Amino acid sequence: MSDKFDVIVVGAGPSGLSTAYLLAKAGLDVIIIERGDHPGTKNVMGGVLYRQPTEELLPKFWEHAPIERPIVEQRMWLMDEESVVTLGYRSKGYGKEPYNNFTVLRAKFDRWFAEQVVDAGALLITETVVEDFLYDGSRIVGVKTGRSEGEIRANVVILAEGVNSLLTQKCGLQKDGIDSSQLAVAVKEIVALPKEKIEDRFNLEEGEGATIELVGQNTMGMMGTGFIYTNKDSLSVGCGVLVSQLVEKEGLNPNELLEHMKSHPALKKLLEGGETQEYLAHMIPEGGYRAIPKLYRDNVLVVGDAAMLCNGIHREGSNLAMTSGKFAAETIVAAHEKGDYSAGMLSEYQRKLENSFVLKDLKKYQNVGLVMEKNRQFFEFYPHALNKALEEFLTIDSVPKKEKQKKIWEDITSHRSKYELIKDLYRGWRMMG
Amino acid sequence: MHIVVCAKQVPDTSEVRIDPETNTLIREGVPSIMNPYDAHAVEEAMALKDQYGGKVTVISMGPPQAEEVLRQAISFGVDEAILMSDRSFGGSDTLATSYILTAGIKKVNEQEKIDLIMCGKQAIDGDTAQVGPGIATRLGIPQLTYVMDVLEVNQEKRTIKVARKLEGEKEILEAPLPSLLTVVKDLNELRYSSLPNKIRAARFNATVWRKDDFEMDLEQMGLKGSPTTVRKIFPPPDRGEGEIIPGGKDNPEEAAAVLVEKLVKQEIIADR
Repeated sequence: MSDKFDVIVVGAGPSGLSTAYLLAKAGLDVIIIERGDHPGTKNVMGGVLYRQPTEELLPKFWEHAPIERPIVEQRMWLMDEESVVTLGYRSKGYGKEPYNNFTVLRAKFDRWFAEQVVDAGALLITETVVEDFLYDGSRIVGVKTGRSEGEIRANVVILAEGVNSLLTQKCGLQKDGIDSSQLAVAVKEIVALPKEKIEDRFNLEEGEGATIELVGQNTMGMMGTGFIYTNKDSLSVGCGVLVSQLVEKEGLNPNELLEHMKSHPALKKLLEGGETQEYLAHMIPEGGYRAIPKLYRDNVLVVGDAAMLCNGIHREGSNLAMTSGKFAAETIVAAHEKGDYSAGMLSEYQRKLENSFVLKDLKKYQNVGLVMEKNRQFFEFYPHALNKALEEFLTIDSVPKKEKQKKIWEDITSHRSKYELIKDLYRGWRMMG
Repeated sequence: MHIVVCAKQVPDTSEVRIDPETNTLIREGVPSIMNPYDAHAVEEAMALKDQYGGKVTVISMGPPQAEEVLRQAISFGVDEAILMSDRSFGGSDTLATSYILTAGIKKVNEQEKIDLIMCGKQAIDGDTAQVGPGIATRLGIPQLTYVMDVLEVNQEKRTIKVARKLEGEKEILEAPLPSLLTVVKDLNELRYSSLPNKIRAARFNATVWRKDDFEMDLEQMGLKGSPTTVRKIFPPPDRGEGEIIPGGKDNPEEAAAVLVEKLVKQEIIADR
């Protein structure tokens, strides 16, 4: 027996679910194949879900979906050994409809999202791994799963398989074996704390949430960041660094890095008394614009993490995933109307991405990864220098301010020459501008 | 051969905790699963169908969400799955549950004659092991409990031969069909569903039978029909810390004497 569907979606994360949802709503016969027990059980992210792209699919989702807290304050911590320089933005407006973004736990949110997709008419098959494609000559006509009688046929296969994009590699859209400098490994803990404690410690009104991104000493000089996000009655605490750089630190594993971050005096009080409930780890595609695979071929489209659609600079990923899913669905609906699923027809997907923030943003930051990777001073020296400078400036010890400024400047230039500083400034401006 | 399997949805007891203050089960956030013994009964029914041909029907009594258990049975490949669900069934103990399930099984039998009924040996939430025997008694058919192996089905003579798992031994019995079997986990390994069966399960909507589909005595179901009362729920007491008597390696006789003295003091062994 071999069922025939209009579309097979491989993977029930944000990109796959978004694609399937819109296709099912448009009346197409869609099957989603997910390897986890339930959608969400294998899915990990730091925990920030963006309101606007989510709402394009699911109007007023926050009234029904299992979200944790709307984020009213986003902080940035520049870390040194024992000190921290803090920046942030807080707005009361973010705590009211329509909100800006939310913290979520993917195990809950994705499961809920999948229920909406099934209600819209898609068929969801869990605990099933897609192992290969079905071919008719060189044309892909379906997939093979790990189950007996496991073949399914369809006009189009959507690869929403996530960062470990084996099928995308198998069908030649992505090169075999993604480079370890294009992947970050991230680990996080869910630390249980009573609601009131979270709200006290993060200076929040009831139900409101905050995020902290940590840069500097917490990643031990590696390219990466740490984070603390507030959930309803827990904190998501984690960090991620480039795999290629972690490998260089022989013997250091990601848990030790996380423990190192948690031991900083500025974090200790925030986490005090919390009980670690869950431990999660995942890869993040950090290759940026240059690492994006070919996104389509006859009868196949790639979306989400499998397509490397992730913006590490702005810690955006789920929104790119959902938007790519939306464009994929629109492209397939048009293809379905014409009965033409050729690469030419499906290339519309790429055009849609190029004309949107998805590829525009990734293109803008296309050099950041390379520059940051080669210039670790951005993660090591500058956060440290900034801490040192402020310490000097804020310590009242009867030294005239002019002398203090001079000392700070000498301190900095003894580590990096004026020429290097100017170069770094130029680099920073070039990559972010 | 037409086999009917009774399956129950239970909380995954490996994840159930007890509230230390109220002594009640914390059910919140605990996933629901098919009672593991029932899953083995479904598997055995499918294996018998594979061997002897016929049909497998699964029946469950429970709230609407118990449909998930039937969905799982469908993914095993069973032919039909029926949910008995009604507000008046709520609160039933084992006596009332066997009354309701018997009514359902009789209805199935009217539609297509049943040759064999299978249940798990007990459910992991209540551990009573009474519903299966209760159904057999109400139907007036033989019950073969703790079955660890189905040795033979003779469709001509209409008999079944099974091995029962007893303490330290097994007992081989033959009984006429129809009979009711309750099974232990030893008798098979659960299958990995085929993709067509997973797809069937994803599309599955259970047939729901309600009280009004039967002529039933309201006095015998739900809380009214349940003479069982729960006096008290309490977690087993924490095991205290063990004690190691030192010096056993160098001076075993002295250590043994200390041990005997302690055992005598606690009246675990008698003082000569």
